[in-house]
Amino acid sequence: MANIISDETIEYVGILAKLELTDEEKERAKKDMGSMLDYIDKLGELDTRGVEPMSHVFPVNNVFREDVVTNGDEREAILKNAPEEKNGMFAVPRTFE
Amino acid sequence: MSILDKTATELGAAIKNGEVTVMQAVEASLSRIEESESLYNCYVTVDREGALAKAQEIQKKIDQGILTGPLAGVPTAIKDNMCTQGLLTTCSSKILGNFVPTFSAQAVLNLERAGAVILGKTNMDEFAMGSTTETSAFGETKNPWNPGHVPGGSSGGSAAAVAAGECFYALGSDTGGSIRQPASFCGVVGMKPTYGTVSRYGLIAYGSSLDQIGPLCKDVRDCATIMEILASHDPKDSTSIKRDDTDFTDALVEDVKGLRIGIPRDYFGEGLDPEIKEAVFGAAKVLKEKGALVEEFDLSLAEYAIPAYYTIAAAEASSNLERFDGIKYGYRTQNYSGLHNMYKKSRSEGFGPEVKRRIMLGSFVLSSGYYDAYYLKALRVKALIKKAFDDAFAKYDMILGPVAPATAPRLGESLSDPIKMYLGDIYTISVNLAGLPGLSVPCGIDSRGLPIGLQLIGDCFQEKKLIRAAYTYERARGGFAGPMQNTGSGVSGGSAGAGEEA
Repeated sequence: MANIISDETIEYVGILAKLELTDEEKERAKKDMGSMLDYIDKLGELDTRGVEPMSHVFPVNNVFREDVVTNGDEREAILKNAPEEKNGMFAVPRTFE
Repeated sequence: MSILDKTATELGAAIKNGEVTVMQAVEASLSRIEESESLYNCYVTVDREGALAKAQEIQKKIDQGILTGPLAGVPTAIKDNMCTQGLLTTCSSKILGNFVPTFSAQAVLNLERAGAVILGKTNMDEFAMGSTTETSAFGETKNPWNPGHVPGGSSGGSAAAVAAGECFYALGSDTGGSIRQPASFCGVVGMKPTYGTVSRYGLIAYGSSLDQIGPLCKDVRDCATIMEILASHDPKDSTSIKRDDTDFTDALVEDVKGLRIGIPRDYFGEGLDPEIKEAVFGAAKVLKEKGALVEEFDLSLAEYAIPAYYTIAAAEASSNLERFDGIKYGYRTQNYSGLHNMYKKSRSEGFGPEVKRRIMLGSFVLSSGYYDAYYLKALRVKALIKKAFDDAFAKYDMILGPVAPATAPRLGESLSDPIKMYLGDIYTISVNLAGLPGLSVPCGIDSRGLPIGLQLIGDCFQEKKLIRAAYTYERARGGFAGPMQNTGSGVSGGSAGAGEEA
């Protein structure tokens, strides 16, 4: 395997991805990511100097519209999906100590 | 002919002229679901009461002449990554296991406006990440042609439901082949439209620059009819395109004279099952006999599409799936200490292994230090792939090839080796990278009794050419036996020329 993923890299990616992996999952992720990157390295065979990165196939422009409310009050239905709710608001764990 | 044997448009016509009531159609579908769901598991949610109530409402509107469209009253199923107001929408994930949307996807609204009766939500690979429907948190779906095999994915529940008669047509979504490949594995027709043709509003995003909604259905006429209803310009989707050529049923013409069809040699090399090769060339021969100009050419870059795709799709997925944080909807872990720990634990407990794998990869290729080398490199390769297709469409009206290198694998054989599974997407993936339309139509049955699909790929906005060619081929091929009639004896009355009489 050409790409060796270190413990530090997996820790760092775990922070970016907001995922907490078990030790077993970490080992598996190191192996999987290494072999995926080996495979992706194939792209290096292609000379892409002077080629612009293409994010969208068609030109994407800003689409503007008037800022007018079109939906009604859905507070109750929306809050029904909340894992925790308090006084008509989303309840979240304490953010500042 | 039993109700369930009818195509969607045949049923729509029968409802219109009073031969069949909407209630009869819905009850027939529901009793088929009752009979076979325990075996196939096509649905995550069956909305029995909702469908029965809707049947009465739609019948009234048809009787009053309010609903006059070709699919009014026809029962359908929706892939579980499209929001349906008031109806559970899970993406086949634990993290959305209790999510009830407050709005419906635009594609769903378009169907409802045309009088569709929604039977339920179909099973899929979790967040559409997979090619077998085995990564679903709610159990795998089985292939109605042989329940020992997968239905393909990620729209496997939709494809299997159509093949099993558990609905008359279904919606799927296609990010790298997720409509065309399960359609091929289940012996039904599937289409991924040009990017921007169907609104993505309310489609739970996987790879936003690649995702497109499309139909899975019984024949090409149904496909064109459904596409006419689905296609619309939507101000709520900033990538939605205004098109005035969406009269797709006008392309249901039996005529391919002079149509230039290119067969990419690169699609027929190592790794392709010889039975599929034979079936696809058999279909090409049929079109040639009907007057199409068929020749082989070199498309180039095919082997670079998969690494480019998995880089881009994983990057977009890692960003899109950041919204699942246990705050406003979905799963929240029980035990945590503080906000960040709650995010991490909710996500780690809520997502399955394949989703985590892609979020990790996507986070990595977007991270500083690797962004240029991986993500931008993949976007540059995407530009080269698009250019290769542009060159091909300067010479040809369409590209003809297989949908997948093999027919449906056995259950449990695919997930252990991710790269091997990703290789199965080799013929479908570049179509999404280049934003092109692609259509899958059954063209044979292999010696194991499993269906083979033919893929037609068009230039952007050329769906009508694909529909015309697929319709012409389908008429020449003759009826395609469904799994219910199928005893492994091949295409009925077909000149498809492949794997007949297993």
